[in-house]
Amino acid sequence: MEKVGVFIETKDKEMKMSILGVITGVRGEGFELYAFVLDGNAESYKDSLQEYGINKVVDLSADSPTAEYDPEVYAKAIVDACKGLDIKIIAGVNSAIGKDILPRVAAELNAACILDCVSVNLAEKTVVKSNYSGKTIAKVRLSGEYFVYGIRPNAITAEPAPVTAEVIAHKAPVQDEGRLVIKEVKAGTSKGVDLTEAEIIISGGRAMGSKDNYKILFDCAEVLGAAVGASRASVDADYAPQSIQVGQTGKTVSPNIYIACGISGAIQHLAGMKTSKVIVAINKDPDAPIFTKCDYGIVGDLFKIVPELTEALKR
Amino acid sequence: MRIFVCVKHVPDTAAKVTIKGTNGIDETSVKFVMNPYDEYGVEEALKLKSQAGGEVVIVCVGKPGAISTIRSGLAMGAERGILVKTEETVDQVVIAGALAKVIKDEGELDLIFMGKQSVDIEGMQTQYRLGKLLDIPVASSVIVFNRQDDKVVVESEIEGGARQVIEMKMPCIVAAMRGLNEPRYPKLPDIMKATKKPVNQIELSSLGLEAPASSMVVEELTYPPEKPEGKMVEGEDPKQLAENLVKLLKEEAKVL
Ligand SMILES: Cc1cc2nc3c(=O)[nH]c(=O)nc-3n(C[C@H](O)[C@H](O)[C@H](O)COP(=O)(O)OP(=O)(O)OC[C@H]3O[C@@H](n4cnc5c(N)ncnc54)[C@H](O)[C@@H]3O)c2cc1C
Ligand SMILES: Nc1ncnc2c1ncn2[C@@H]1O[C@H](COP(=O)(O)O)[C@@H](O)[C@H]1O
Repeated sequence: MEKVGVFIETKDKEMKMSILGVITGVRGEGFELYAFVLDGNAESYKDSLQEYGINKVVDLSADSPTAEYDPEVYAKAIVDACKGLDIKIIAGVNSAIGKDILPRVAAELNAACILDCVSVNLAEKTVVKSNYSGKTIAKVRLSGEYFVYGIRPNAITAEPAPVTAEVIAHKAPVQDEGRLVIKEVKAGTSKGVDLTEAEIIISGGRAMGSKDNYKILFDCAEVLGAAVGASRASVDADYAPQSIQVGQTGKTVSPNIYIACGISGAIQHLAGMKTSKVIVAINKDPDAPIFTKCDYGIVGDLFKIVPELTEALKR
Repeated sequence: MRIFVCVKHVPDTAAKVTIKGTNGIDETSVKFVMNPYDEYGVEEALKLKSQAGGEVVIVCVGKPGAISTIRSGLAMGAERGILVKTEETVDQVVIAGALAKVIKDEGELDLIFMGKQSVDIEGMQTQYRLGKLLDIPVASSVIVFNRQDDKVVVESEIEGGARQVIEMKMPCIVAAMRGLNEPRYPKLPDIMKATKKPVNQIELSSLGLEAPASSMVVEELTYPPEKPEGKMVEGEDPKQLAENLVKLLKEEAKVL
């Protein structure tokens, strides 16, 4: 049996649900799954984790407190657990925190590491990821003693595979060196669902025309349980905050549904969303490039269509 | 103060990428530029130099042609460059090893700026590997940078637009993202001057790096599958169009 350690990202005592897709992607015959929980609530996540095939829930702590995210303490604690439990494969979701912690773990272990994988084959030690801003898809082979995989949120659909898990404790003799300190976490501007993990996203482009006009997107998003995104043109025009920009210099997203409203479909925008399962485009220009990249297109004025869409969804 | 900026020589993101062989791209048909995230790093380094004094050194591991990316950093205002040359495509384990070696050999080090990721292979990890090799702290996805004496205070973006305010002791690594600043455009005289600035060119093989403990090799490159022609939703008016869309999403695509 090869052991796989999965970093369980948590926030305010809740587990990131996108981790279930990661677990689904790395389980399989011949692999024993360990979940690394650092916030002290291992017991409370056990039910969900075993439902998806986790065999051991590691209640991981260090000499320094781990209730709050500290990248250096977390990385060293995970490394200690891997060495102590003889785990050579580590996986996690490629969220903002995942992108910060997984490469730290890889650097500590001198591991082969690929982030933003859309699929992984642990037995073959290969992954698939997009590169060159989504213009190509690469199959990458990893070699070495340790392996670290970051898996794109929503890339793998979570499917239950129940087992009975056991909680084990591991205390890592890790002290915070104090050379990196998180002084504070400033709350974000965007409310509701997080963009990179949202299952549905509705995005507005330059056509939105103002910050206030985004309200029609937020109203629709509320009915859909969606997150709101933006094109760079609308961010540059200050209609939307940079933090919700989708695209090559913004966020890469892969939701089940991506609704592009008044977005022309520039290659740099497509780079951030083209792996979405279903793309819907609403644009008044029938020749807009986005229409060649979407699954469903509506030619029309977004200010008329979106409110009707919100109503239709309520029904 | 000695500030290093690690920059990668990458295909322009607006360029069309053509696959060559099984796992490479046709490098002759694309324009190569400085990795856009690294430009923010250069700009921030120059701003810091203008307050604190010292020099900015551009470091790049790449093919001989990568010297043009170093020159563009010099045109922006950096003092000198170091190019670690290799004809081969190397992974982040090797790149970080080479960067660490040349930076260590320089002795004095106060700060290293990088980008949060390269836009060619999108490794998202060189900054962390370099941090480990030099044993200094790293903050990535940085959108606000401030220095206070021998410390830096940065803001790193996490989810939903939230930001971690991170304090690090210098020397440290700051990996930039978009929003940190607006990189300057060099003027013609600066571009001319840059051709005379020193660039130390070193062969990768002469650095005497240890054999890497791990590797990541691109085995195959393919184009993403073309989406089949999209379906235009039909309807007489906005209400009908919206209703038909919802119906298609529910019944045909089954995603609602
Ligand atoms: C290095 C680099 C990086 C970049 N990174 C990004 C990135 O990360 N993300 C990104 O998005 N862009 C990025 N860009 C910019 C990109 O090239 C485009 O300029 C940008 O995506 C255009 O945004 P847009 O579609 O909102 O605006 P436009 O291209 O102006 O399109 C507006 C669209 O709205 C339609 N429209 C107007 N009014 C209405 C209406 N009432 N109803 C319906 N439709 C309407 C128009 O027909 C048009 O198609 C980058 C560019 C560069 C060079
Ligand atoms: N070949 C290279 N030479 C110099 N710096 C590099 C090189 N590759 C990556 N970097 C730096 O590391 C950052 C992250 O790269 P990556 O890990 O490839 O996403 C980049 O933004 C650069 O600052």
